[in-house]
Amino acid sequence: MTPKIRLLVFLIGAIGLGAVYCAGARNMPAWAEYRGPYGDVIASLAVFERHATDTVNAITYDYRGFDTLGEEFILFSAVTGVMLLLRPEKGEQKKRNEENNQNPQSFQDAAALSETVQVFTTALFGFSVLFGVYIATHGQLTPGGGFQGGVIIAAAPMLLYIAENTDAFRRIVSHPIVEFFEGFGASLYALIGFIALVAGAPFLTNVLPLGQTGDVFSSGTIGLISTCVGVEVAAAFILVTYEYLREILSRERDQER
Amino acid sequence: MMILGSGLLALIAVSAFVIVRTDDVTNQIIALSFYGLLFALMFFIFQAPDVALSQVTVGAIALPLMVMLAITRMKHREELNKRKQDKSR
Amino acid sequence: MLDHYPYYVAAWIFLCGLYGIVRSRHLVHTVISLAILQTSTYVLLLAIGFRKGGYAPIFADISPGVVTVDPVVQALMLTDVVVEVTVIALLLAMVVKAYEQGGTTSPNDLRYMRG
Repeated sequence: MTPKIRLLVFLIGAIGLGAVYCAGARNMPAWAEYRGPYGDVIASLAVFERHATDTVNAITYDYRGFDTLGEEFILFSAVTGVMLLLRPEKGEQKKRNEENNQNPQSFQDAAALSETVQVFTTALFGFSVLFGVYIATHGQLTPGGGFQGGVIIAAAPMLLYIAENTDAFRRIVSHPIVEFFEGFGASLYALIGFIALVAGAPFLTNVLPLGQTGDVFSSGTIGLISTCVGVEVAAAFILVTYEYLREILSRERDQER
Repeated sequence: MMILGSGLLALIAVSAFVIVRTDDVTNQIIALSFYGLLFALMFFIFQAPDVALSQVTVGAIALPLMVMLAITRMKHREELNKRKQDKSR
Repeated sequence: MLDHYPYYVAAWIFLCGLYGIVRSRHLVHTVISLAILQTSTYVLLLAIGFRKGGYAPIFADISPGVVTVDPVVQALMLTDVVVEVTVIALLLAMVVKAYEQGGTTSPNDLRYMRG
């Protein structure tokens, strides 16, 4: 099947799909006229029932907490898949050592980064981690939560790599405790669900004391789950980055010796 | 607010077409980053700040980063193979 | 026609992604077109939940009882955005492995697996 015939068949199918979809979309209610009952019901009840001011995170971690548990395990399995696919094969380490000994050549650019940029970028690392921790732990009060905070924390080591501090980057990213934190975050979420079972309520019910609205330690399990998800997402992204860069990092380390 | 939203949706439709028509993979990464930023702006205008925060960190930073890491690893492997070929010649 | 404008935009983005997958000559281009296809669902969900004159559903500085947009669809989109990137990382790992075993990145030239 040549590319032109493939494109023609696709265009016929796409026009058919588009026509049927548009005919169906014309029967939907008009844009910006929201009619459904569930959004209004939850928006008016969530603050009083759960003492959480961020309704979206209350839905994600409490009303529909089981779906989020499933999504977090999708993330976990995808990272496991990446680590399985990109692991170094048998005998690859020995081959790479022989190549390194026979042709010593540097991969670094001729022009190094200016020192001002290096200093400022390294200083930003601490602020990024602090900001990520703030967003991950204040999920029940302001927009944010575990997923966003985890990604911000995981993007912080890249600042070190950009500032050409490859040694520190490699030591942070290849530490074995990152794997431990990934499994720890995922399993702690499931264990919090079991606490509810022990207290006599269905799985993942909010059984911890609800506290006062607007406080950091409020709304029971929502803040706790948000922190666990933040730890797990940060560890997952750092692991994926390390798996992709493993060859290049070990080559730069052998050249520094 | 709705005029701004409608204009932004038209810009997003044009961007999506431009990305799939770009041929060089390295150019697509920059276009993907711009597309993610447009989406973050759209989420903000449509009163969804949580999702906008997610989209800014993920769609404009983490997704182009993943694609760039994959391309770097493939180029690194290609360079290794070429040097091995030059050496054995 | 202007009443259902975002739904048409969502269909257009979906078809653009499909067009990219059908016509691609590089495996990484295919994966990026898949990412664009996934973003069309965000436009659809956002359009369903929007209300004219509604505020954001965060009650930290407005009082409960103010008319807001729908928070349920936002909760659906929130986790999806982050999980999408990890699945794309898995697909890219498969592309990298296919390149290392097969030596080519064009989907038309992939041969059968050896061994």
